[in-house]
Amino acid sequence: MSNDAVSPEEVRHVAELARVDLADGEVDQFTRQFADILEYFETLDEVPEVDRDADLANVMRPDEARDSLDSDEALRNAAETEDGYFKGPNVS
Amino acid sequence: MAENIFITEETIEGADDGPLAGRTVAIKDNISTADVRTTCGSAMLEEYVPPYDATVVSRLKEAGATIVGKANMDEFGMGSTTETSAFGSTDNPAAPGRVPGGSSGGSAAAVAAGEADLALGSDTGGSIRCPAAFCGVVGIKPTYGLVSRYGLVAYANSLEQIGPFADSVEDAAALLDVIAGPDERDATTREPEPNGERTSYAEAATGDVDGLSIGVPTELLEGADDGVLETFWDALEGLEDCGAAYHEVSLPSVEHAVEAYYVIAMSEASSNLARFDGVRYGNSGGYDGNWNEVFSAARREGFGDEVKRRILLGTYALSAGYHDKYYKKAQDARAWVKQDFDRVLDEVDVLASPTMPVPPFELGESLDDPLQMYLADANTVPVNLADLPAISVPAGETDGLPVGLQFVGPAFGERRLIEAASALD
Repeated sequence: MSNDAVSPEEVRHVAELARVDLADGEVDQFTRQFADILEYFETLDEVPEVDRDADLANVMRPDEARDSLDSDEALRNAAETEDGYFKGPNVS
Repeated sequence: MAENIFITEETIEGADDGPLAGRTVAIKDNISTADVRTTCGSAMLEEYVPPYDATVVSRLKEAGATIVGKANMDEFGMGSTTETSAFGSTDNPAAPGRVPGGSSGGSAAAVAAGEADLALGSDTGGSIRCPAAFCGVVGIKPTYGLVSRYGLVAYANSLEQIGPFADSVEDAAALLDVIAGPDERDATTREPEPNGERTSYAEAATGDVDGLSIGVPTELLEGADDGVLETFWDALEGLEDCGAAYHEVSLPSVEHAVEAYYVIAMSEASSNLARFDGVRYGNSGGYDGNWNEVFSAARREGFGDEVKRRILLGTYALSAGYHDKYYKKAQDARAWVKQDFDRVLDEVDVLASPTMPVPPFELGESLDDPLQMYLADANTVPVNLADLPAISVPAGETDGLPVGLQFVGPAFGERRLIEAASALD
């Protein structure tokens, strides 16, 4: 195991950033699995620096108004709506 | 149905006539179907009903196909066995008691079991080719940009393409003819030929391999099961008898493809799956508290282990202090893999390897060790990193289990792959 193997605190921190609650058992399990997986990812250090000359072109369309999904359809999968808007939880 | 192939069985009739009139098609459950629920194999989207069709679904309907159901899959496409589905595992019709492969396991199983003539899947790191190989059917992963992703629920959008399954190369190619081509709703699509000329893929299924030059990357043979290798070499000798020639080539970059693939796929997943907070769609759980608490609880409840693992690892790889170490290095590896493939494809017409290094796993055999599962994708993920087309075609069996052979070609070189693969039909 590499010396900067991930700690349970780091797993909790990343889970908080990603907005995923974890049970204590999951934290332990993920800490063990992440140590193996991240150690494997470390081999990317052997990859040489590569000249990346991506041959890309922007794709544009005319900026014209057109029909879109109507609001009833857009709202129909929402758990809560109010006056034609999505209704989410309190911000703080 | 004993195999648990479909998450939702529902008939959607297409136009009265067209090139696919009378043909039945199974659709992977991460491809949006208007008014028919689209779950991505996840409890998060158990009740999600899209208000619109994916472009590929519109094209199927216009071509006269009849959709027969939404096929089971690994949750959000994350897996190689279809066992991470929240709707239970699918049995392999070609090898009962074994997994059908994944993540498009239900799509491949539908064709193998005769529940549908054709199927659509999506391939982010092998999710069409792996189940095609394990179920003994044909699967095509198109060049990035050939098929519209509009309406495909995103997992790792820089890597994934929708593609066809069928019992024969010609039928898979005929389905590709229907779904391929530019779509104004997906700005990454383009005309396959610079002059805009459209040629039929199905007509390329001639089985003519006379003069075909095949490269066999030695790195993609390492660690493969003996029986798989034996079947692979037998198939290549068969092609040699038909006038093809093969020799070994080297792709040193692919030794780093699996780790590069997983860093990129997980990073993109952590961003793409941030949208599932239970407000606009998906499981809300009805929790109280501020938005961070409510979202975290809804996501704990809605996502399975493998999805959580990938979201967390992706968040980690993109976080301050680790971005350069993981994500930037992975992008370097991706560019290296592309250049490596371009180099060898200047020398040969196509590359060939076993699609999967092993025969299908037993159901339940492999869920406990995620890293071991990731390593099984060694032969398929390099193709997605390089944006290239590939096809998996049945090559024979080892101990009664299906073995797939993968051909890889240059960008938009699908016709050549179809020609080569049809010689094995």
